[in-house]
Amino acid sequence: MLMLFLGIQLQAQQCNYSISGVVRDFHDGDALVNSTLSVNGYDIYTLSDFDGKYKLEGLCVGTYIITITHPECEVAEFTIEVNKNITRDFKLEHHTEELNAVTVKGENANKGSVSSVSTTLYSEILEQYSNANLGDALREIPGVSSLNTGSTVVKPVIQGLHSSRVLIINNGTRMEDQEWGVEHAPNLDLNSASNITVIKGASALKYGGDAVGGVIVTDPPKAPIKDTLYGKTILSGASNGRGLGLTSNLMKAYKNGFYIQGQGTTKYAGDLKSPDYVLSNTGLRENDFSIGFGLNKFTYGFDAYYSFYDSEIGILRASHIGNVSDLVRAINSGEPNYIEDFTYDINAPKQDVQHHLAKLSFFKRFENAGKLSVDYSFQQNNRKEFDIRRGDDRDKPSLDLKLITHSLGTNFLYDAESNFKANLGVQASYQENYPNPSTGIRRLIPDYEMYTLGAYATADYDVTDALRVDAGFRYDFRKIDAQKYYLNSSWEERGYEDEYGDLVVQRLETQLLVNPVFDYHNFSGTVGARYTFKPNWNVKMNLSTASRAPNPAELFSDGLHHSAAIIELGDLRLNQEQSYKASIELNGQAGGFTFGLNPFYNRINDFIIMEPNGLQYTTRGAFPVYEYGQVDARLYGIDVQVVYAFSENFNIQSAFAYVNGQDLDRDRPLIEMPAPNVTTTFGFIKPEWNNLTLSLRNQSVMKQSRYPNNDFEVTYINDSNQEVTETVEVSKPPSAYSLFHFSSSLDFEVFKQSTLTVGLFVDNMLNTAYRDYLNRQRYFADDLGRNFRIQIKLNY
Amino acid sequence: MKNLKILSLLFILTIAFSSCSNDDDSTPEPINEEEVITTVTVTLTPETGATVILTSQDLDGDGPNAPIIDVEGALQAGMSYSGSIVLENETETPAELINEEIEEEADEHQFFYQIGGGLDATVTYDDNEDDYLDNDNTNPVGLEFSLVAGTASSGQFTVTLRHEPNKDAEGVSDGDITNAGGESDITQTFDLEIE
Repeated sequence: MLMLFLGIQLQAQQCNYSISGVVRDFHDGDALVNSTLSVNGYDIYTLSDFDGKYKLEGLCVGTYIITITHPECEVAEFTIEVNKNITRDFKLEHHTEELNAVTVKGENANKGSVSSVSTTLYSEILEQYSNANLGDALREIPGVSSLNTGSTVVKPVIQGLHSSRVLIINNGTRMEDQEWGVEHAPNLDLNSASNITVIKGASALKYGGDAVGGVIVTDPPKAPIKDTLYGKTILSGASNGRGLGLTSNLMKAYKNGFYIQGQGTTKYAGDLKSPDYVLSNTGLRENDFSIGFGLNKFTYGFDAYYSFYDSEIGILRASHIGNVSDLVRAINSGEPNYIEDFTYDINAPKQDVQHHLAKLSFFKRFENAGKLSVDYSFQQNNRKEFDIRRGDDRDKPSLDLKLITHSLGTNFLYDAESNFKANLGVQASYQENYPNPSTGIRRLIPDYEMYTLGAYATADYDVTDALRVDAGFRYDFRKIDAQKYYLNSSWEERGYEDEYGDLVVQRLETQLLVNPVFDYHNFSGTVGARYTFKPNWNVKMNLSTASRAPNPAELFSDGLHHSAAIIELGDLRLNQEQSYKASIELNGQAGGFTFGLNPFYNRINDFIIMEPNGLQYTTRGAFPVYEYGQVDARLYGIDVQVVYAFSENFNIQSAFAYVNGQDLDRDRPLIEMPAPNVTTTFGFIKPEWNNLTLSLRNQSVMKQSRYPNNDFEVTYINDSNQEVTETVEVSKPPSAYSLFHFSSSLDFEVFKQSTLTVGLFVDNMLNTAYRDYLNRQRYFADDLGRNFRIQIKLNY
Repeated sequence: MKNLKILSLLFILTIAFSSCSNDDDSTPEPINEEEVITTVTVTLTPETGATVILTSQDLDGDGPNAPIIDVEGALQAGMSYSGSIVLENETETPAELINEEIEEEADEHQFFYQIGGGLDATVTYDDNEDDYLDNDNTNPVGLEFSLVAGTASSGQFTVTLRHEPNKDAEGVSDGDITNAGGESDITQTFDLEIE
């Protein structure tokens, strides 16, 4: 009644003022067409025209609240005092969902570059692997394989390259988790990511210039800008290993942009089983959690994040051998020499790893310019490896490393023009490695401090609507300052005295302390284009060069690597490797047929490899010596993916990957290249039947016919007391294999607004015995047998 | 003001994290490996006559130098020898006697003595776990053994110490290494002669 009265009062005044102006996109300043502007409490409204112009008329003197809505934008309210005709421009921010969608597509500024060959896995796929490893999930992507130690230590391999050549960017931070070691899996929980993108090649310069193989980027869930609370819980059980896994996450978000989220995972499993025997001591414990909070306004915001990863991984008991004759016995016998009944216990040999990541980031957007962000992160990686030891040392780890990394990065994204975007950034880091001397075993990786400083500039430009080009350049400086003890005998044997004698700090009776300080200057760059020749058909071409300095293992390893029973020798003389990669990606769609083709050629100068080089004798017997060296190499290959949808319900999907690696110096194949493989999936989906999905997948891996012959001869006394000379067949890849996997799931609506998804999976349905060329335990035991898995997911 | 607070938080966290690291710029200490077996000495004492001593010494442990193997004396045909083996770590001063650890963990260790290449000799164990552990277990350990030299001949005498062997597997308690499993802690071969 009062309102009505006031309204009449106002009507009675002189009411012929107006507000006019333009509604623009805050992001790029573009005019926003069809925004609705309304005056709160009055029946006055208008739409912005094609140029974003609007005019609200019939206003009296007074204070008004104007609400502006636009389909793609957040609702905004502005308070305006009117005492004359007013001209006022408004800027609107995009919906957060919209920003997410842009990010998720991963096509422009956020991941790689316009011409990067990249693939993203979303949560639907990742959830199926909630009880597995990052490396397992990434094998979904054609051209990505894995280098395993058993089935619990899984390292991703991108187009034939792995370890230090693959950067893992976890929530914007480059993981520093001792990734150099082949039996060091990435220390992150897959369940903390909402999507994971793999960029094949070095084009994502923003993340680092040394991604000779590629970059893996994980993104945490994005908070919506509205008042909401949601989460999900996944419970998984597996017959093989009798394991259980539980993961849960929860997000609380507010309309004002504030959010807080948490996530936790626990996994518990015992000994795994191959088709014919128990793989003794392959249990697993893992406990991870992450928490984050932050504020996301359109013009500014911050995020704080902490994650903790803790795992204890049993290493197949039978793979722990004493010397080279034990290895010969293991290879010849064809089955593990140690098989016990199933147990959940984990004994030595085992790995015990913790990783902490704490991160703070801030951003601010500047009108008609772009977004400035600053990140600081702290990481601490503790790795303990336990071997079978004697006496007082029994419970001591034989490797105990603590790696601490601080990094600070800043990036400026220029996006004021819709057809030109650029990133400029600087990154610096300090790293410190501390090998605990209480192991009583000489340090495989020495004490060192490392400083890095990198700067990059990348840009992409839309030449036409169909053609986008991009280019980038990066420079990295790296200084490593190590303190390393060498045995006098190895110092001499390596011939270091002449070259590095001046680095010796202290000479003891049997050892000497050396202080190598090495600087590396690395240059990397990328240039490429993407051309969309009709809707859903595009081609990308990219040329990139990456430069990687030798890692501490490659430089400094020296001595017996107990878990592998090999003597590993690094080389102080190594210099950086430089890759030049060309890749093309063609994507197309016609009717129900979709395909992607990705051929590539990668030339790598001074490629660092580790190869057997003779035997070394000790009282424990003979050990193969593996030495790091450099060769010029080239890799080429192709990844192919085709999908054909027969109908809305049926489809078939097939992916093929081939890599051919060659050592150009010696004209022979490179070691450990993934064998050609084909994965074919028949899928059925029926949304009307509780979203029923069924799929049958065939995974066929051919025998790797291209491998270097690194076999060596060893003379030893065999079990029949005869002195024999035998060839140790370490090179020969295992036979081809073909596995069938089944998966199914059903959704149920439960409670209010909650969905329960029940999944049933059977891996290796036919219980096929097989060994994989890229599994370091292939000498000792078969891979996993049949595994029934059940997964219950509740979204709420 | 808000930015200032955030910056100060960042600063505090940086300090907190930096001060967590416990090592300083001091020189790392050298590690002398305690477990390394540098020296294996087998003493064969005959009922009468000269003692035969076999040694294998590798002072740089896992380093590039091979062990130096020495055989002092020759076996007499038809003679019985009582044998004993001593394992030492000579990287420490005084040398550490590894035998003590083997005795404490006698149930997890077993020596194997293999005769090959035409050497006419037989070896039998002279000890068992119970001698060291009082565990009523008669599985052999092999720190003490007997060797009977047959006719004049020459060949190899191989000493292997297995850690965590399957002592109950067939033949293992008789000294047959075939089914022993476990991993080799030492393996050394000596060329012997029976005169």
